Amino acid sequence: MSIPSQPSGAPDAEPDGPEGRLRRFATIWSRAIFPSTATSLTRPEFEEHLLPLARELSDTLHGRVFDAAPAHRVGAGLVAAHCTDPDALSSTLGVVDSYLVLYCGGNGPVELSTEDSRARCARIQHALAGGFTQALRERTLAEQEAIARSALTARSHAEQALHATEARFRAVFKDAAVGIGIADLDGNILEINDTLTRMFGGLENHVRSHKVNEWVHPEDSPHVWKYYEELVRGEREHYSVEKPYYRNDGTVLWTNLTVSLLRDPEGRPEYQLALLEDTTERRLLNLRLRYEATHDALTGLPNRTLFFERLEKALAPREGMRFGLCYLDLDGFKAINDSLGHAAGDRLLVEVADRLQSCATAPGEMVARLGGDEFVALTTGPRTEDEVHELAGRILLALATPVRLDGRELTVRGSIGVVEGPSGERTPAEVLRSADITMYRAKAAGGNRFALADAEADARAITRHGLTTALPTALDRGEFFIEYQPLVHLGDGSVHGAEALVRWCHPQHGVLGPDRFIPLAEHTGLIVPLGRWVLEESVRQANFWKERHTDGGPLRINVNLSPTQLHHPSLVAETVDVLERSGLEPGALCLEVTESALIGADDDLLKPLRQLAEMGVDIALDDFGTGYSNLANLRRLPVSVLKLDRSFTQGMQHHPADPVDLKIVEGIVSLAHSLDLAVTVEGVETGAQAEQLRQIGCDTAQGWYYARPGAPDRIHSLLLADAV
Amino acid sequence: MERPAWAPQGIDISVPSVSRMYDFYLGGSHNFEVDREAARKAMEFMPGLPKVMQANRAFMRRAVHHATTLGVNQFLDIGSGIPTFGNVHEVAQAADPEARVAYVDHDPVAVAHSQAVLEGNERAVIAAADLRKPKDILDNPEVNALLDLDRPVALLLVAVLHFIEDADGPYAAVAELRDALAPGSLLVLTHASYEGIPLPQEEAGGTVDVYRTIRNPLIMRTRKEISRFFEGYEMIDPGLVAMPEWRPESAEALAQEDPFTYSGFAGVGRKA
Repeated sequence: MSIPSQPSGAPDAEPDGPEGRLRRFATIWSRAIFPSTATSLTRPEFEEHLLPLARELSDTLHGRVFDAAPAHRVGAGLVAAHCTDPDALSSTLGVVDSYLVLYCGGNGPVELSTEDSRARCARIQHALAGGFTQALRERTLAEQEAIARSALTARSHAEQALHATEARFRAVFKDAAVGIGIADLDGNILEINDTLTRMFGGLENHVRSHKVNEWVHPEDSPHVWKYYEELVRGEREHYSVEKPYYRNDGTVLWTNLTVSLLRDPEGRPEYQLALLEDTTERRLLNLRLRYEATHDALTGLPNRTLFFERLEKALAPREGMRFGLCYLDLDGFKAINDSLGHAAGDRLLVEVADRLQSCATAPGEMVARLGGDEFVALTTGPRTEDEVHELAGRILLALATPVRLDGRELTVRGSIGVVEGPSGERTPAEVLRSADITMYRAKAAGGNRFALADAEADARAITRHGLTTALPTALDRGEFFIEYQPLVHLGDGSVHGAEALVRWCHPQHGVLGPDRFIPLAEHTGLIVPLGRWVLEESVRQANFWKERHTDGGPLRINVNLSPTQLHHPSLVAETVDVLERSGLEPGALCLEVTESALIGADDDLLKPLRQLAEMGVDIALDDFGTGYSNLANLRRLPVSVLKLDRSFTQGMQHHPADPVDLKIVEGIVSLAHSLDLAVTVEGVETGAQAEQLRQIGCDTAQGWYYARPGAPDRIHSLLLADAV
Repeated sequence: MERPAWAPQGIDISVPSVSRMYDFYLGGSHNFEVDREAARKAMEFMPGLPKVMQANRAFMRRAVHHATTLGVNQFLDIGSGIPTFGNVHEVAQAADPEARVAYVDHDPVAVAHSQAVLEGNERAVIAAADLRKPKDILDNPEVNALLDLDRPVALLLVAVLHFIEDADGPYAAVAELRDALAPGSLLVLTHASYEGIPLPQEEAGGTVDVYRTIRNPLIMRTRKEISRFFEGYEMIDPGLVAMPEWRPESAEALAQEDPFTYSGFAGVGRKA
């Protein structure tokens, strides 16, 4: 250790005075022990810190009565200044031994011998070492205790926090709205919460006494136990299923079950955690809603929805499986409803439903109400060919007993359409349509019977049905068009006019003649707008010809009127409107009315025709000779043309003509002319016919001999040919 | 199953703690045999470790003092460890009796001990929080009750950042703290580094291994890497330097410093 030649000290002290010497001692001491201290004080600060301790040592050395005790305090002071390293003590003792007497020996009031000084210095060192050691020991013990206490405090805080955590978990477990259970991997139930106990009927022991894998239920989904095995083997982390359990009273608890695998810190499977949500109520509600959605409220029978589900299943392709369907419609139910009221009608339906139900009790049989008074009975199995006949028979028999309603006996009858066949061939809609058509056939045949579906009858009905439903849109889509067949003047062979013939260009069936759809249009009422369209279109066309054919004499357009049009109140107004808007004079229009439409016609019906005739519109009696040709009646009718049906002219196709036919036609023509009626013949196919008819005196003819019905421009070219 | 964030860590005093090892290096007895054993092992590779700790303490003392001369009298000391002597509040409150000090540590024992030491001091608190979650520190009710973050704060990160691995985002954490402080705030920082250690790196590396063994890895960073912690702050003279070189009391004192005190870097930055 080096001794500094210029020790630092307080500038106010005389370097060689007692204070200066004390400071020099403190400097030496500070330098000696600073390296072994842990203080964060700077060296000058540390030296300042040591100065009072140095003064104490100096004072102790010079005490009038020597007492080493203050040196004990100096030792403790070192420890307080964080000189806790044992090196600090040995360095201090070295400094005291070497420099205390040297720098502080002559400072005091008492003059000491060298020997005394050395002795006192030695005792000071003993006391200082004792004081240091005691203080260090106390400090060490105090710090050890402090840190131990802090560790304990920290641990207890951690435990409290952990406890709070556990308390929270416990609360979650205890108060959760879902059932929670923990089991080991052998299925032993270790813990369950109150919710779970309540869900299972309230007896904790009931739940705990069964292992997890004993909670089987017949309605368990097939994979639930496979999942369970995978989970306890550690191959699956969790699974969720819908699972039923038995409560302790034997009732069924339905749950949404989620099971999770709990692993230990090393990742080994340890426990299984089950969360169960009680879905029993929801399930019942769903079942009720499902029941309501699939059953008829009045009769309690399955409704259309459920029936179609079953039918779909029955029709799904399955080897050897067949189905039989009875489609029942009550005969005359509307009359019962109308005469006895809806309440009585409803009671009748309930009674019928009960009887039907008793007819279809075998497995694979069901009865449903489709709506109104329509019921169905379905049977499935390998032998429905026979069974469905028996079923239909049973139903008719069940209905045969009169129903007592309000003290009166009602006879209930029904018509049944029966469809039977193998599975996997037809759709439910096809089967039901076939049954419906067949039922109508039974009804048409007089009712109170069943009819068997027959593919050909079906096809006919299906086409008619299809055309009927397609008619309204066909008009909107412009699927109709008109062909014109020339009317030829027999006298000179010139084209005298044309008959408008409506056609339907059907997207699937191609071009259809009026015989295919006019009766349907009559039936649905569509004939009115369709007829109006034909009239407008034809008149427009005639006007067009008139403009193009100014020098060709009068040109007429013949348009057919159906019976419904004839009865329509706006017939006259509309016809006038069409003529006025087109500018065609009424004399160029001829309306053709069938003879049958006018049979028994009274004045009311004839009135519009009269009005039209008075305006100048020609009225032709179409198909004359096919109905009950009331010759006397002809006088009353506002008719100016007779159109002879083709049946009269067929006998004249070849030469020589059938003489009887010839006589009849001669008679009719003569009669017509005497009534001022012109005569047109239809169906002229040969030149011989034409010549015969001309000789007889017929005025006009139409037929393939002249031209088939065709597009309007063909008529135009015929006209041009005439003109040449 | 992973422990939820709000569940406290358990206390295991059979595992060495860097706070208590630090106390041992500084001659304290706030430590257990496991701490001393680990510290002695570390000292086998770097016998001058106590001098490094002492230099840290001395730097911190000078820096705190300097902060008070700049008028900053709020201190946020993160990673404060076991209070020994010459603590921030002692130094700061000696200079300015109104000075307020919030200590933060994540070692529950250090926190408990600090609570005992600080009992009765109304201007010093200890909060249990982790530097890796700066939001927890900034939102801590005790910290907020004591410090006014709208006024300048001296943020002390003394001998703590070298315990934060890169994966835990030390730069982002410090940035979040820096950004939260008011203009005029200071960042007081020391960090271990191979640069300046008077030993070959492979030898000093033994110490790093010891800390890795006790699951408190010591992350040595270069001066350049350490300077990034001050991003956006102006360095106060003399910048980022060896600890003894930061505003030494005197040239003579600097000359007498132990070579080990040159291990690592110290610096103070100021938010404009």
